[in-house]
Amino acid sequence: MADVTKMVGKAIKRREDPKLIQGRGTFLDDIKLPGMLHAAVVRSPYAHARIKRIDVSRALAYPGVVAVFTGEDMMDINPMPAAWQAGGVKSNAVTPRALAVGKVTHVGDGVALVVAEDRYTARDAVDLVEVEYEPLPAVVDARKATEPGAPLLHEVAPNNICMEWECGSKEKADAAIAGAEVVVKEEIINQRLIPTPMETRGCVARYDVATGEFTLWMTSQAPHVHRLLLTAFVFGIPETKLRCIAPNVGGGFGQKIFCYADYAFTMWAARKLGRPVKYVEDRSENYKASTHGRDHVTEVEIAGTRDGKVTGLRVKTWANLGGYFSTIAGGIPTTLYGRITTGVYKIPAAHVKVWGVYTNTAMVDAYRGAGRPEASYLIERMMDRFAAEIGMDPAEVRRRNFIQPQDFPYDNGLGMLPYDSGNYEPALNKALQMVDYENFRKEQAEARKQGRYLGLGISSYVEICGVAPSAWIGAVGQGWGAGLFESANVRVHLTGKVVVTTGSLPHGQGVETTFAQIVADELGVPYEDVTIEWGDTLAAPFGYGTYGSRSLAVGGTAVHKSVQKIKEKAKIIAAHMLEAAPEDMVFENGKAYVKGSPDKAKTLAEVALQASLAYSLPSGVEPFLDETTYYDPPNCTFPFGTHIAIVEVDTDTGKVDLKRYVAVDDVGNIINPLIVEGQLHGGIAQGVAQALYEHGYYDEDGELRSSNLLEYAVPTAAMLPRYELGHTVTPSPVNPMGVKGAGEAGTIASAQAVMNAVIDALSPFGIKHLQMPATPEKVWRAIQNSRQMGQAAD
Amino acid sequence: MAEKVRISVNVNGVQHEHEVEPRQLLVYYLRETLGLTGTHVGCDTSQCGACTVNVDGKAVKSCTMFAVQADGSRVTTIEGLAKDGNYHPVQEGFWEKHGLQCGFCTPGMIMAAVDLLNKNPNPSEGEIRHALEGNLCRCTGYQNIVLAIQYAAAKLRGEPVTGAVADD
Repeated sequence: MADVTKMVGKAIKRREDPKLIQGRGTFLDDIKLPGMLHAAVVRSPYAHARIKRIDVSRALAYPGVVAVFTGEDMMDINPMPAAWQAGGVKSNAVTPRALAVGKVTHVGDGVALVVAEDRYTARDAVDLVEVEYEPLPAVVDARKATEPGAPLLHEVAPNNICMEWECGSKEKADAAIAGAEVVVKEEIINQRLIPTPMETRGCVARYDVATGEFTLWMTSQAPHVHRLLLTAFVFGIPETKLRCIAPNVGGGFGQKIFCYADYAFTMWAARKLGRPVKYVEDRSENYKASTHGRDHVTEVEIAGTRDGKVTGLRVKTWANLGGYFSTIAGGIPTTLYGRITTGVYKIPAAHVKVWGVYTNTAMVDAYRGAGRPEASYLIERMMDRFAAEIGMDPAEVRRRNFIQPQDFPYDNGLGMLPYDSGNYEPALNKALQMVDYENFRKEQAEARKQGRYLGLGISSYVEICGVAPSAWIGAVGQGWGAGLFESANVRVHLTGKVVVTTGSLPHGQGVETTFAQIVADELGVPYEDVTIEWGDTLAAPFGYGTYGSRSLAVGGTAVHKSVQKIKEKAKIIAAHMLEAAPEDMVFENGKAYVKGSPDKAKTLAEVALQASLAYSLPSGVEPFLDETTYYDPPNCTFPFGTHIAIVEVDTDTGKVDLKRYVAVDDVGNIINPLIVEGQLHGGIAQGVAQALYEHGYYDEDGELRSSNLLEYAVPTAAMLPRYELGHTVTPSPVNPMGVKGAGEAGTIASAQAVMNAVIDALSPFGIKHLQMPATPEKVWRAIQNSRQMGQAAD
Repeated sequence: MAEKVRISVNVNGVQHEHEVEPRQLLVYYLRETLGLTGTHVGCDTSQCGACTVNVDGKAVKSCTMFAVQADGSRVTTIEGLAKDGNYHPVQEGFWEKHGLQCGFCTPGMIMAAVDLLNKNPNPSEGEIRHALEGNLCRCTGYQNIVLAIQYAAAKLRGEPVTGAVADD
């Protein structure tokens, strides 16, 4: 029997691409419905203000304007839901309404909605809506917002504190720090970032007056979740009255997970006006009114011995939530941050305290990595600080504290699920070898003699992927207000063609290609015969969507399991066709046969035809090969690795030149190396961007100073390096394919690799820490400051 | 609202005549009047380059130009790049080298790359990276875009090329 060519493990080019490279994709703003109206939003120029009066009369009189609505008009629908509140503690969650009522809490807060015949007219009329505000004092810094006398955003949240959460053992951490040989203390700011998918967010809502059913096309990473939240919580209508469709989605990075006001007001207006309504935010609106990421202020102490053992970690973090509570904002700085702050190290005593705080800024929620980059940055910066303090090589300090292979599954004592698997030292060693570490140190010493400042930064990381077992993450444990399994339906049609519907929602990850590779191999059918369907609540039975690096580990495993069920049923039907006993059958390379008699086999297509015609089936067997799986993972997966950055700092200008970037990642078994590498590249780029360029910056008055792409430094091709990738492979024991996840690894690992390199380069100046981003001005000032203090090496 | 102006534009080889508002941007003329939605809008400050098209032989951000300014011009958009069902080598390069993920920046990126290779058939990696300064991609980290353009450059020069392979 001829071997079927194996697809898994091959770097095949993506099936998603032909339409995208021809401009034939369908993105949200490409959708045009008959009679469609266009919506535009009047947004607050103030960070904090009472709304005294709104006069819509001039806007309403403008030719082409169909209606103008305010928040008061939309009181018949509920505020957005708070779907993930921090586990085990009380949350003073105040979520946004479709439009602000009474007061605004950040610049860009929506105040009124203009609906017009075309896009330009709607924008014209926005300027004609007169809003009288009473400005209030604003606060933008999370720690300052909790201090006495700070402006209060919401009455229900005293001192602007939404939640106060902790993990680990305070007693143990206090004792470890009190009795330590060495304690290093630092204030670490993980600055605010703006996710910036290249496609901004938007939606088109249609309401069918005859049936009372909505259809919502949306830039969504999770259409089933959006359907659930918008119907059950916001509109109070049956879930079945809304169909959500995600067309091609132009990047998400977390920002397209959440339930935004615009979905609600667009639906509301479509119902009210009986015509379809489109809303697409422009880039400035995306920056002012869609979610941001990170924004932590942290006070941290690390304790250890002079011979390099870390003995304790104590963390206090003020996590900025913005002006309201975004959909899953509660879980990001708690479960996905606090519980993994000890990283890849065995630290016997750790305690993390987190305050989630309202400020007069755009809402903060999950952004690529979501909590884990903040945790990884914190511990990896502190490992370097500790190494410098005791005068030990940073690679050696890491080695001395790694969780060892025999320790897995490993309980880190912070309430995280046990790390499934890991072998950290080989990844570190491989990365060191790739950069020729020993030689680099010599080169660095030589360069310093010539007044050139090279630096090398190491980042050894672990992340949480494949989120998550429902029983663990759910309301009674981590506070997530739902399950977190994934669905997959696999059907083999009469003609032998295979159709898969998945609850995963690809928006760049290549899920169609990857899933088709898996199915083709498992069923032994041509790759071209497998179609993957997604993105429509009418297609997949249910889905939690794509985020948290979960598509392959959870969604892919659901597909894999459905395929196994198909094979089992195929064996039963083939046994009937061959007049054999089902238990004697094997399924291999697309054929079912009696063990030992592969020459008398029934192909999957033959079995599918038999099953579809259903003229002759074994007793009690239903027609059709059609199997659905709801896969709830028993654990998360924990990819890891070591990244190393090499930089040169120009001490005259402060410019950081990222000369090399080496990444060794262990993402478990790899289905498509081309796609995995692409995910890692893009992830690394976003972490490098945090280290060197990007800052979602608010001034003291709450004005967003980086409110568009002129001012927010998304890096161009010339600002990023070539990435040199290496892998180790430690298959995950959690799922049958041994896969883990790769979408966030690059981002979680990279910022601290670059910052550790920058600080290493600047160490001759006595500089021990710099807050990100390491812009030329910041670096130059630090050098000048050091020279004035007489600490300069040159 | 100003009076509409009649324009005549050749887009992808087809002559179009329309009355347009003087303030209508070329990108919205292409997308909404002609239905050529492959040209995308990713920002409001002409930074992202998702709307890049070719006007009279030069790459232009179609959000920086009014439709009336294209009167009498020849415009090529991403939809007009493939000839007789064959991809342009740059399109082929993007596919072979995994030069796209979400695909939103891709049409503009491809149009900018075509322009680069018209001017410089054998660009170095540094020249490619600098030539793309007007085009932002958030997914790929650019490395595979560079490889895609190198692939296309080699192919256009008639040199042998290698398709999809993993980097390591």
